[in-house]
Amino acid sequence: MTIPPVPYAIAPENAATVSAEEQQFNDLIAADSRIEPRDWMPDGYRKTLIRQISQHAHSEIIGMQPEGNWITRAPSLKRKAILLAKVQDEAGHGLYLYSAAQTLGVSRDLMTDQLIAGKARYSSIFNYPSPTWADMGSIGWLVDGAAICNQVPLCRASYGPYGRAMVRICKEESFHQRQGFEILLELMNGTPAQREMAQDSVNRWYWPALQMFGPPDDDSPNSAQSMAWNIKRFSNDDLRQRFVGMLVPQAEVLGVTLPDPDLRWNEEKGAYDMGEIDWTEFHEVLAGRGPANARRLQRRRDAHNEGQWVREAAAAYAAKQAVKAVA
Amino acid sequence: MSAPGASEKEIWPLWEVFVRSSRGISHTHVGSLHAPDATLAVRNARDLYTRRNEGVSIWVVPADAITTSDPDAKGAFFESPAGKNYRHASYYTKSEGVKHL
Repeated sequence: MTIPPVPYAIAPENAATVSAEEQQFNDLIAADSRIEPRDWMPDGYRKTLIRQISQHAHSEIIGMQPEGNWITRAPSLKRKAILLAKVQDEAGHGLYLYSAAQTLGVSRDLMTDQLIAGKARYSSIFNYPSPTWADMGSIGWLVDGAAICNQVPLCRASYGPYGRAMVRICKEESFHQRQGFEILLELMNGTPAQREMAQDSVNRWYWPALQMFGPPDDDSPNSAQSMAWNIKRFSNDDLRQRFVGMLVPQAEVLGVTLPDPDLRWNEEKGAYDMGEIDWTEFHEVLAGRGPANARRLQRRRDAHNEGQWVREAAAAYAAKQAVKAVA
Repeated sequence: MSAPGASEKEIWPLWEVFVRSSRGISHTHVGSLHAPDATLAVRNARDLYTRRNEGVSIWVVPADAITTSDPDAKGAFFESPAGKNYRHASYYTKSEGVKHL
């Protein structure tokens, strides 16, 4: 891993331009300490965090949809209960993260408005459809697996509320990944048709899951700054490499083939070589032209609008009770 | 800066959640949530923060009701204990090796 440039290292002749509060922020970051909501922080740091945490929250909320699709059709009551618990966890993760973003001064309602207006981004992975039950397996194994790989280092993010939310989230995600693995394992031990369904699903989710780590390092303009601020700890490519290294032996246990003909162990590198990722597809999906973008946003918008009377009624009731308590 | 969630722009305020993990242990801050009133805040806190038996009791406090010491005055505010290491048992070394001290 290369050491990122350190923007806060100030040359002595410029030192006078650093205010005391900025110096304190720089010292905390240099000491790998944590920044808390009431601390002074540079505008760029605040904006970067608001963007990252709210996008992360949106991803959790939109991420309920591909799996919500299968709750009513889960193959058994046990599977249905597990899937319900998992989707409930995703909602919880979104809520932890929205609260963390609010500590930076952005309002919950603004974040929601940006999401349903299509102005906010969320992980491109949730713009793929989930047509088969095996997709519940692949989402858990590959999508949640990639998310965990990304999120474990975020538990040490320099912004306290974000790191603390990530600790809770990571604890809960490990159940998600294992249950996905079990779904695929069960199918792979089943009939030829079930094995085919599992393999087909892995084929569809593998590449989008690798794209979850973001663009390659030489095309990731914000990464260096995020690493200098100790928000991000490892580069996109490093995390992707680590993920593939974990997947290969797991795929062997499952008996599925990872759909990359160029995937092979490189003895010299001590890591896997992999094929080229289709970044055109990634940018297309991110730009809103993925297979399910419109459907996902419309569903979210409808749910928000249909819940409006509930939010307003609850607020009105609370206001009325508050008046009564004073009287 | 006003407390998060206290803005007029928010339909519901933010609450800070404290959970007692088991009897005999104090309530510990676990995070925040969004709710219209205290009753619903407690219910939401149960659903959000105790899905895996994390607690036996929950407190919720409006985020707006918490007064914080000024982080910018940290040095001066917490100055008094500094240099007073005689308040710690480890300051007294001559009794080393003496039992039950």
